[in-house]
Amino acid sequence: MSRRVLLIEDEPNIAEAIRFLLTREGWQVETHADGADAVERIASAAVDLVILDVMLPGKSGMDILRELRDREDTQTLPVLMLTARGQSRDRDMAEKAGVSRFMTKPFSNIEVLTAVRDLYAQASQT
Amino acid sequence: MTSLNVLVAVCLCYVVLLFGVAFAADRWASTSRSTWLRSPLVYTLSLSIYCTAWTFYGAVGYAARSGLEFVTIYLGPTLVMIGWWWGLRKLVRVGRSQRVTSVADLISSRYGKSNTLAVCVTILAVIGVTPYISLQLQSITLSFNIFAEADPGESYVEQSSAFWVAAGLAVFAILFGTRNLDTNERHHGVVIAIAIEAVVKLIALLAVGIFVVWGIAGGAVDTLARIDASAIGQWQVNHGRWATITFLAAAAFLCLPRMFQVMVVENDDERHLRTAAWAFPLYLFLMSLFVVPIAVVGLEILPEGSNPDLFVLTIPLGQGQEMLAMLSFLGGFSSATSMVIVAAMALSTMVSNHIVMPIWLSAKGGGASVSGDVRSVVMYARRVSIAVVLGLGYFYYRMSGGGAALASIGLIAFAGIAQILPAMVGGLFWRGATRTGALVGLTVGFVLWLFTLLLPGMGPEVLAPSVLEQGLFGLSWLRPQALFGIEGLDPMVHSVMWSMSLNAAAFCIVSLLSFPSPLERLQGAQFVNVFEHSAGPRGWTGSVAQSEDLMIMSQRIMGAREAQEFFQAEAAAQGSRAFLPEPTPVFLERLERELAGSVGAATAHAMIGQIVGGSSVSVEDLLAVADESAQLLEYSSRLEAKSAELGRTARKLRDANEKLTQISLQKDAFLSQISHELRTPMTSIRAFSEILRDTDGLERVDITRYAAIIHDEALRLTRLLDDLLDLSVLENGQVTLNLGQGMLADILDRAASTVLTGTPKPLRIRRNSGSEQVVLQTDLDRLTQVFINLISNAQKYCDAADPTLTVSVHDVGGRVVVDLLDNGSGVPADAQKMIFEKFARVGADKAGGAGLGLAICREIMQRLGGDITYLPGQGGGAFRVSLPLGLEIAAQ
Repeated sequence: MSRRVLLIEDEPNIAEAIRFLLTREGWQVETHADGADAVERIASAAVDLVILDVMLPGKSGMDILRELRDREDTQTLPVLMLTARGQSRDRDMAEKAGVSRFMTKPFSNIEVLTAVRDLYAQASQT
Repeated sequence: MTSLNVLVAVCLCYVVLLFGVAFAADRWASTSRSTWLRSPLVYTLSLSIYCTAWTFYGAVGYAARSGLEFVTIYLGPTLVMIGWWWGLRKLVRVGRSQRVTSVADLISSRYGKSNTLAVCVTILAVIGVTPYISLQLQSITLSFNIFAEADPGESYVEQSSAFWVAAGLAVFAILFGTRNLDTNERHHGVVIAIAIEAVVKLIALLAVGIFVVWGIAGGAVDTLARIDASAIGQWQVNHGRWATITFLAAAAFLCLPRMFQVMVVENDDERHLRTAAWAFPLYLFLMSLFVVPIAVVGLEILPEGSNPDLFVLTIPLGQGQEMLAMLSFLGGFSSATSMVIVAAMALSTMVSNHIVMPIWLSAKGGGASVSGDVRSVVMYARRVSIAVVLGLGYFYYRMSGGGAALASIGLIAFAGIAQILPAMVGGLFWRGATRTGALVGLTVGFVLWLFTLLLPGMGPEVLAPSVLEQGLFGLSWLRPQALFGIEGLDPMVHSVMWSMSLNAAAFCIVSLLSFPSPLERLQGAQFVNVFEHSAGPRGWTGSVAQSEDLMIMSQRIMGAREAQEFFQAEAAAQGSRAFLPEPTPVFLERLERELAGSVGAATAHAMIGQIVGGSSVSVEDLLAVADESAQLLEYSSRLEAKSAELGRTARKLRDANEKLTQISLQKDAFLSQISHELRTPMTSIRAFSEILRDTDGLERVDITRYAAIIHDEALRLTRLLDDLLDLSVLENGQVTLNLGQGMLADILDRAASTVLTGTPKPLRIRRNSGSEQVVLQTDLDRLTQVFINLISNAQKYCDAADPTLTVSVHDVGGRVVVDLLDNGSGVPADAQKMIFEKFARVGADKAGGAGLGLAICREIMQRLGGDITYLPGQGGGAFRVSLPLGLEIAAQ
């Protein structure tokens, strides 16, 4: 059973880069670019990890995260949040909303990979 | 034998003495507060100018001719003083509180400050008093005659002596009465001189009486026996004459200008009336005590045909009592001079204030002259008036032949003056009395008096005997002494009855029928209710209670602490250890100034006047107060305007603050947006460059592809920075427009080719080149930039299968309008408003732009004096660019 990650990102180039990295690590990467129906997509996908952009068309990543945490089936789902608006206020907001890990763009590839590994390890232990 | 020269010398000395006394008294009055100058005794004695030469000489003659009827002359004033002192008090109070200067002023002031009335009363007074003055001339002349007859050594002409007496009295009156101008028209010196003359004439008459009773008649008992034996002792009373003359004397006592002068104008303290109420009747009693004995003895011992009017002189002379005769002469001289001086002063005040000054001021045109100028004019007016009044007296004396009996001339004058009585008493007690009523009543009474008494009395030269016998215009009911067919009455009784009753009736009826002006009603209320309006008759020497009242009032105005400090300081300045200072004039003046700072001068004056001066608030005061209130109102409305302005400013500040807050928020959002827009391409660049660096064994295709991504994102970053800088420059107005001339068609060509060159995405552009032949004067590059943006947007966002952009050009009101319409689905309605804002992007598509294009277009169009708008409801994306044909304004 391979590990599955859902990447919610509207920038195709960034999505491609992350897909390349995680695929090499052995992840099965699915992508989605719209915010509006992201929650349903995540819930139905039943993935091991979600990587979520904040500035999305249709619905902001912050709102998506809150809705995920309100749902029973996605309450503990590991969510790695990526944002280009690197302000500390956003980080606070995200942590309050129950983010698993928060990273600022532009990131280094190693950081992303490490975070994904950690989150997966934590999720597997429990 | 006393020579005429000695007599003249004595007279001159006496006058000089009086003048000295008057001068000194004025000095005392101004420097010290010597109370004896203002004692009730002086006031009472000053009232004695009622007893003129007529009473001094004439009473004896009156008694010799008509028996006890002479008593009526004393009875009238006595009744007024004893029985009507409360009415007098009201008169005095009104006079003081209204600062009345004469009887004419009183009437005019009561009836709404009507100068017409004042002029009427003045004329009436002048005409009424003139016979009286001639009477004084006559008495002095006659008394000189007596001495002249006894001194045949001197050549003496009666006519010229009358003239010189008149001239001398005029000089005397001018010297006394118009030495200085007092605002209150008070003359302390004159009053003192009159009081001395009153004493002289009383002593003289008493001395002659005592000499007659005990020196000639042989004691009181013998005298009474002689009286019983004579015709005077017969008690014959003509009731009509008695009542009439008593009434006339009473009326004259109230209305005579000179009586009004001493009784009201010169009054220092209302309380003096209380003393005068018994002391003045006593004085009159003493003056009349020896009249009958002198008359009886004179008739007995002097030769048949002697003038009884001069018994007071001729008896001592006949008995060889030269000193007594001299004293008697001085008594008569005193009576005449005091009357003439005061009468001339009073009349001159009236004439100058009510006739000369109004004429002079209107002739000057609004009276825009300095006060010193007016002062000297008033002085001259008074002096000339005095001379004119005495001249009139002399003229009347010459006209009437100098022969008429003194008493009858006096009575004629009384009857004339009495015409003022209805208007005066009515004005004091009846609020319904009106100006018109007073005017009509006065005129009716005056005309009747003239026609029935004065003119017939002046002899046949003035009024033809035919009129007297057959009536005016031959109408028998217009006979002067039998008006309306009433015959058989004493002419005096007849005249007084008709003139007074018709006067009073006309006054009442017209008053009831006419309507008073507001000023009249106000003044009427002030007069009739004077005791309610004015404070008690307290002088400046008032009690501490006054200071307390002042303190209470001042606290309200100045505030408790300031008032207390001020009063304490003033008390200390007065050297008093008490807390409250004495209400001295100096203190009151300072207090008034202090209060004026808070409430205005007029209000302060009125307030202090209410408490201290006993003077009530006059209409001028009220008007001044109203003026001040208006000023205060204006001030407060200015304050209101200011505070409204402040409110507006505060609102503006609040708005500005809100705007700033909003801008600050916008700036935060903008920075956040920029951060996002910069970080996004950088993320791709970093991620792929790390992949290229760290990943071994990448396919050649992948390497090329990843490098291309890095290249694209780098370009995107550059474009973004270019746009940002461009927008910043445009927004800050730092852009320099590069004006030039070009054809619209060329501009559109360039824009279309720029967009369409090298892109695979198709876009058809439909144009009408005919309408595009418009020459524009503008920044051609910037305008091209706008069209590039719009065409590129159409190319990016038009979602039609066959994307087509239609460009149409119109001329609307001198402006070029370019519409760009595509056949796509257009901008959603909710987004149309914000598409021109920075970083506004519609839809999920990443079209490569940062969302600054339309914002830049809007900025450019504004710089070019044009506009760019979105046209809703066109079926597709529709933008309208409008701009002027020629841009004249230089770029800022």
